[in-house]
Amino acid sequence: MSLRQHDELYGAGGPARPDHRHGTPPGLVPGGREPLVLHGRTVVPGIAEGEALVSQETISGWGGIDPARGVIIERRHELFEQSFAGKILVFPGAKGSSGWSGFFQSTRLLGTAPLAMVFVTTTTKAALGAVVTRVPAVTDLDRDPLTVIRTGDRVRIDAGRGTVSVHPQ
Amino acid sequence: MQLTDNDKAMLDGAEGPAVAAAMDLLVRYGQALDAEKLCEVRNVAGTMTQPSPVKAQLVREGGWNRAYSVINLDSDETLEIPDMRVPTCQLQQSFGPDSEGIAPYPKELIELQSDAESFYGRKGVNILATCTPYQVGNIPVRGEHVAWMESSAVVYANSVLGARTNCEGTASTGAASLTGRIPCWGNHHPANRHGSHLIEARTPVEGPLDWGMLGYFAGGLVQDERPVVTGELKQPELLDLKHFGAAAASSGGVEIYHVPGITPEAPTVRAAFGDGPVPEAVPYGARERRAVYEDLNSQGDCADVDFVLLGCPHASLDQVRDTAHLLRGRSLHSGTQLWLMVPRALRTTADRNGWTEVIERAGGRVLTDSCPAMSRSAPPGTKVFATDSAKQAHYLPAILGIEAWFGTLQDCVSAAVTGRWKGELR
Repeated sequence: MSLRQHDELYGAGGPARPDHRHGTPPGLVPGGREPLVLHGRTVVPGIAEGEALVSQETISGWGGIDPARGVIIERRHELFEQSFAGKILVFPGAKGSSGWSGFFQSTRLLGTAPLAMVFVTTTTKAALGAVVTRVPAVTDLDRDPLTVIRTGDRVRIDAGRGTVSVHPQ
Repeated sequence: MQLTDNDKAMLDGAEGPAVAAAMDLLVRYGQALDAEKLCEVRNVAGTMTQPSPVKAQLVREGGWNRAYSVINLDSDETLEIPDMRVPTCQLQQSFGPDSEGIAPYPKELIELQSDAESFYGRKGVNILATCTPYQVGNIPVRGEHVAWMESSAVVYANSVLGARTNCEGTASTGAASLTGRIPCWGNHHPANRHGSHLIEARTPVEGPLDWGMLGYFAGGLVQDERPVVTGELKQPELLDLKHFGAAAASSGGVEIYHVPGITPEAPTVRAAFGDGPVPEAVPYGARERRAVYEDLNSQGDCADVDFVLLGCPHASLDQVRDTAHLLRGRSLHSGTQLWLMVPRALRTTADRNGWTEVIERAGGRVLTDSCPAMSRSAPPGTKVFATDSAKQAHYLPAILGIEAWFGTLQDCVSAAVTGRWKGELR
């Protein structure tokens, strides 16, 4: 295992794979959901674009994720055994131990970090976690991200401007 | 965020690169919280000694200076770490030398941790090595701003002691140690400390089992908010509130609660709600009590118990004494182990009182510094464990993939002696 620098980890992964990777032309949306833009508050500035992974349940760090694999390990969690590595993680907030931020910092050091974070409730765990994971992060959005974003949606986050652009898939 | 001239000087490097990195982290963190400013702290409880694969690699690359820089300051550079600027203690860590031959835990990690203790001890870190610093001399006073991590310690400090802390993390406490600063946000503001929910016990609450179950109920109900509990409560002791808070911070994210007439910021129910409106009480009666008990015992199936874990959060001297009394003249079942986790400072007292000898003669073990959840280590082959801690019953099944039973200290010691779980709600 080697420790890689932030830029090496995420510089290449940031910008855009094509919007029409599943054959859906830009602007035309299956299921009738329109693209939309949410506005909120910057937690950690930065830009990222990728696929959303949405959790309706809060997430534990210590005892809740395995940083080596980048997966949720809490047995009763809706995302049990699912990987958040390289995804835009959309979740209500952090729960559990104060080890939360340290566990998410480890995902950065081990190369399994999410690409960005979008959360609803600001706590010290979630805020410090986003800071030390060093991924773009926003909160306090004008619409409920857990309702309007679905797992698999293509999401572009410009955290410095506090915007989250959602392209339903 | 507003920074004082002193904050700015530290950020600009006036006190060296490590302090500058610490202030940089605090500024990024404060901005993430939308905090207005930092506040002064002179009591930090954090973690730097506990080994991990990431930390071992960092130490190989650049010693403990590198480990602290990357993990505790979130810096990419390897910085020379100065002495701690304010009093700082190490919370619980991994198993130490006293676990050798008992816990399956790698010897090289024990040695790595001992090396860390030497390094950080020289830097001024008090190696309390417990999740209950308030049991071994670190007792902040009411109204004092502190920077603690460890959810069960944070909730105790805020609620029972009336100190002011958020649930901090490894990097924020690392930065606070070198600067004496932390974002002034959340629990540091008196207006944010008032109750949000009223819970009325309509069934007697007495002793750590019942206080733990009430805490588990409260955390599940309020999640991140602030419960106020009233009703049929017997005067709690330190042990009871240790278990109440740890449970509330496991089923939910409770960082502060009030027990009117008991905890310092709530002389009355009205005061617990900041003299504002008091919400309608949510009842905690016999039915709710039974539901909590069954929830905590829903991860047990096989009644053959091969491991009993006591002392989460780390045991009080009362618990050590009670365990010794229950084990006096008895022997553990051949297929069952019993570990009692205590702060090392209290183990010294337990040794002097002869309690350790009684427990060990029965076949039990008194261990310090850590716990099975922190070290991810239980006796080899453990499939089913029993505990008197709602917190450990909540976490350990997920961490070690084992079944759990939850009950009283008596139920647990009985299981250790007979090898069978016979606990029931009385």
